[in-house]
Amino acid sequence: MEKFEKLSGIAAPMPLVNIDTDMIIPKIFLKSIQRTGFGKNLFDEMRYTRDGAEIEDFVLNKPAYREAQILVAGDNFGCGSSREHAPWAIADFGIKAVISTSFADIFFNNCFKNGILPIVMPQEVVDVLMKDAEKGANARMDVDLEAQTVTTSDGEVFAFEVDAFKKHCLLEGLDDIGLTMAKEKSIDAFEATASQARPWV
Amino acid sequence: MSPKTLYDKIWDAHVADEADDGTCLLYIDRHLVHEVTSPQAFEGLRMTGRTVRAPDKTIAVPDHNVPTTAGREDPSQMTEESRIQVGALDSNAREFGIHYYPMDDVRQGIVHIVGPEQGWTLPGMTVVCGDSHTATHGAFGALAHGIGTSEVEHVLATQTLIQKKSKNMKVEITGKLMPGVTAKDITMAVIGETGTGGGTGYVIEYCGEAIRDLSMEGRMTVCNMAIEGGARAGLIAPDEKTFEYVKGRPHAPKAGQWENALAWWKTLYTDEGAHFDKMITLKGEDIQPVVTWGTSPEDVLPITANVPSPDDFTGGKVDAVKRALDYMGLTPGQKMTDIQIDTVFIGSCTNGRIEDFRAVAEVVKGKKIKEGMRAMIVPGSGLVRAQAEEEGLADIFIEAGFEWRLAGCSMCLAMNPDQLSEGERCAATSNRNFEGRQGYKGRTHLVSPAMAAAAAITGHLTDIRDMI
Ligand code: SF4
Repeated sequence: MEKFEKLSGIAAPMPLVNIDTDMIIPKIFLKSIQRTGFGKNLFDEMRYTRDGAEIEDFVLNKPAYREAQILVAGDNFGCGSSREHAPWAIADFGIKAVISTSFADIFFNNCFKNGILPIVMPQEVVDVLMKDAEKGANARMDVDLEAQTVTTSDGEVFAFEVDAFKKHCLLEGLDDIGLTMAKEKSIDAFEATASQARPWV
Repeated sequence: MSPKTLYDKIWDAHVADEADDGTCLLYIDRHLVHEVTSPQAFEGLRMTGRTVRAPDKTIAVPDHNVPTTAGREDPSQMTEESRIQVGALDSNAREFGIHYYPMDDVRQGIVHIVGPEQGWTLPGMTVVCGDSHTATHGAFGALAHGIGTSEVEHVLATQTLIQKKSKNMKVEITGKLMPGVTAKDITMAVIGETGTGGGTGYVIEYCGEAIRDLSMEGRMTVCNMAIEGGARAGLIAPDEKTFEYVKGRPHAPKAGQWENALAWWKTLYTDEGAHFDKMITLKGEDIQPVVTWGTSPEDVLPITANVPSPDDFTGGKVDAVKRALDYMGLTPGQKMTDIQIDTVFIGSCTNGRIEDFRAVAEVVKGKKIKEGMRAMIVPGSGLVRAQAEEEGLADIFIEAGFEWRLAGCSMCLAMNPDQLSEGERCAATSNRNFEGRQGYKGRTHLVSPAMAAAAAITGHLTDIRDMI
């Protein structure tokens, strides 16, 4: 996995609440057996008409936001299905951080496995960042994972919380399967005890 | 010893490793796999030269893509991409030696119906699947999580999941349900109360008399939609009904082990005085048959209500409601029961079990569906289908004008050919009414099986209490 350190980029505003994974990547794109190539279909039904033409006023189609690397979104972002195609599509588009007041659990976890940083901020801060994002391409927002801060284009700095283990993995680009396999002894020991206690499992 | 919740007990029995910051490796007893969220995980194993650590605890079944019409063995019934995806599951299951129910096996069906039916899901287990509705298995008092594909690969390789403990929420439904009110109405009413984000970060334990009174099928319906309230998992403490349901299933503990298993299962309840971080109580008597009007499962109202107006809401929800009403083609103030329906879908892991079909048969027996109505019933598994045929339910459906399908996810998410066309309006027993869920620009109203059956007959959303 790619390391996540610092990010300075354009932020796209999507104030809609409850943006679900069906909106992020509609199911017709779940039929691939690859992990890549989903970026062009990110937010497909909001982004294109049925015949494939771009819908002009969708945020990521506006010239200012086509290169966005940050998304500032409404409450409960990523609710719905467990499809990892949602973060794959986000990452493939080039977005590396999503900021909202809240995220659905599975989506939140899936982001970290794909080098995307989901940032939870209180409503007042999201409001400020949303305003900043609305300024368009000239307004670059900075995200510093090490320092755990987001800085607006005006230089206003906001701190955020992030789980220490998840931060470490993201900063180092670590693969958690490798990390877990290093603990194989504990798993073996657990399995031996559990199969005594609950042999029917 | 301090009192523990049911969640605490199952959690404690599965921690294989705990780091200083509380990050745990949770051991997984059952890993269910379907064709959509697994191919990239198996590919990952191959690329890194890893194997499946516990193939005997891993069960695969294709469900999302499979056609549900007769003659589905004919490959031309599937699109090229669906064929590749189902084919990939087929070869991965064989290559890695995991349990597998292929499309032509009578036991094939929706993964969350097959697991319990075959006795793979047992009380006190940890169960995961690359599917958010894994919460269903919580009905057995099993800790069941939906996971993403990277986590599927992690579980395949290590039989563990990296987890931090969630918070505990108690949802109590007291008293009795009124006639016409079902498990589906309970679970939707709870989401109406908490919102789709209200359960985020929690594991919910459902309890109370109205929950205890439910059958295992009904409990699965309740837990199935825990995720729609944002919860990681839903749980119901096992009891005699649970043990009765499990006993004798192909993978349930056999004589000799049964007694030991039962002894442990009987300790799986929340101790008196155990701590919950949040509690919600609803009175069973107050719950009415409900229906969704919008494009989020939290957009729930009693069938007797009217379509709301954006002015009834605040904050970011105002714009979301405007968008939803526009998408759904509804006007504020319109009576729910005046909403005309052209399609009815009965099935899914929420309501594709035998009890659901019995409820439908009771409503439609001797009646005909409204002229022009497209109504389909899709069993949750081949075995549910067989049982419904044996009980004569299938004949009732066919006589009433329903299409009687083969098992699969079908129009719950419309990845196979069963889809809504633009502007079509469906009363569905599934769990999600998101934009485009059942087909591009299709409109979904979530309801209980009995209410879906009623709508099929009358042609509009209908209060089931007017028909019983
Ligand atoms: S029936 Fe629907 S919700 Fe259930 S597993 Fe299938 S697609 Fe998912």
